Amino acid sequence: MSIWEYANPVKFMRTSGAILPWVVAGAALCTVAGLVWGFLTPEDYKQGSTVKIIFLHVPAALMAINIWLMMLVTSLIWLIRRHHVSALAAKAAAPVGAVMTLIALITGAIWGQPMWGTWWEWDPRLTSFLILFLFYLGYMALWEAVENADSAADLTGVLCLVGSVFALLSRYAVNFWNQGLHQGASLSLAPGERMAAVYRYPLYLTMAGFFLLFLALLLIRTRTEIRRRRLAALLARENRA
Amino acid sequence: MRALLIRDLRLATRAGGGFGLALAFFLIVCTLVPFGVGPEGGTLSRIAPGILWVGALLSCLLSLDRIFALDFEDGSLDLLATAPLPLEGAVAIKALAHWLVTGLPLALSAPVFALLLHLPGPAYPWLVASLILGTPALSMLGAFGAAVTVGLRRGGLLLSLLVLPLYVPTLIFGAEAVRRGAAGADPVAPLVFLAAITLATLALAPFAAAAALRVNLR
Repeated sequence: MSIWEYANPVKFMRTSGAILPWVVAGAALCTVAGLVWGFLTPEDYKQGSTVKIIFLHVPAALMAINIWLMMLVTSLIWLIRRHHVSALAAKAAAPVGAVMTLIALITGAIWGQPMWGTWWEWDPRLTSFLILFLFYLGYMALWEAVENADSAADLTGVLCLVGSVFALLSRYAVNFWNQGLHQGASLSLAPGERMAAVYRYPLYLTMAGFFLLFLALLLIRTRTEIRRRRLAALLARENRA
Repeated sequence: MRALLIRDLRLATRAGGGFGLALAFFLIVCTLVPFGVGPEGGTLSRIAPGILWVGALLSCLLSLDRIFALDFEDGSLDLLATAPLPLEGAVAIKALAHWLVTGLPLALSAPVFALLLHLPGPAYPWLVASLILGTPALSMLGAFGAAVTVGLRRGGLLLSLLVLPLYVPTLIFGAEAVRRGAAGADPVAPLVFLAAITLATLALAPFAAAAALRVNLR
């Protein structure tokens, strides 16, 4: 039993098909329960009811970054070991990541308007998320533009590697450029800095929900990509005959 | 290597090579900005460092697709790939040639354009220094973007979408150095970061660009 078994598309399709309903159910349960729980939390003494947007904002931001990391890992696996499922998983994850980034930016703007008095501020965190969004766009556009499937996987893989370096570099370069309004880390292990438990536990639940949601979307989209690949192979065979 | 460099420089500087196009584009950007923001000297000199850097960056972008596209079409890129010279070396030389015909003239002529935008006096040496330090990174990253998009139809538009986010750190440090120079502050720290980015890019980007070229030549 090793993870490399799932490089076999048949094995991947069988296992992912079996666990997909559970993942979807878990995602729905955690997200809905977390959001309802979050909605029922008491209002913050300073921020009022706007504090509740955190239950969408933080999980989306968390996933936006981690989806790019996942794409980096799967791209590396593709470039080194040439497992097609890995490349297709990276392709399938990108639009989900772009939407997560957009959700984080939009919920942040909706919260920022009453709290900071502005929809947008050139703050390091906001700026680096905007740059991350541009990287997602470029990555997806490159997948669309290259016709040969293997070349597309190779080129996007290399782009993902280079993009990761520069996304990280931009993250710290913008710190140099402007001081931020955005608070530091929302979750911390130090007892004095972390949020009150009433907000923290529903937040953990929505984070789990967003993770499962991403997993469900990733599995569905990867399965679609594998089926599309099979269809293309069948059509090619028919044209040859 | 020297032969390749001389060949690329000749192709770029002779008729139809597009030499000077980047400079003309830079001039147009610097002419259009005052129409957009108004002719007040105070406003212009405040935004001049940023406009000059963004203008230089866009002028660099303009000629990027020529780095590989023509050689790809007439097949000389295939010959380069099979030549004893490593493809990484060929990429670096072609990026150097691109820098010599766009980045370097831009850096040297930038003070003239800075006059148009009322850049404060103490910033001039830092403008030239930051452009000389920063534009090699622009050419090298551009060569990577050109290598990725070389075989594509409508590659030019995609090229800018891929390359511009990569330019962000260079732009931040470059413009910051000029801004500090203009304000009379010490611009050495951003210049050092800028040099670090350029050196790291020169060391690593040829490998990424050559990998992308090999995929496109397959």
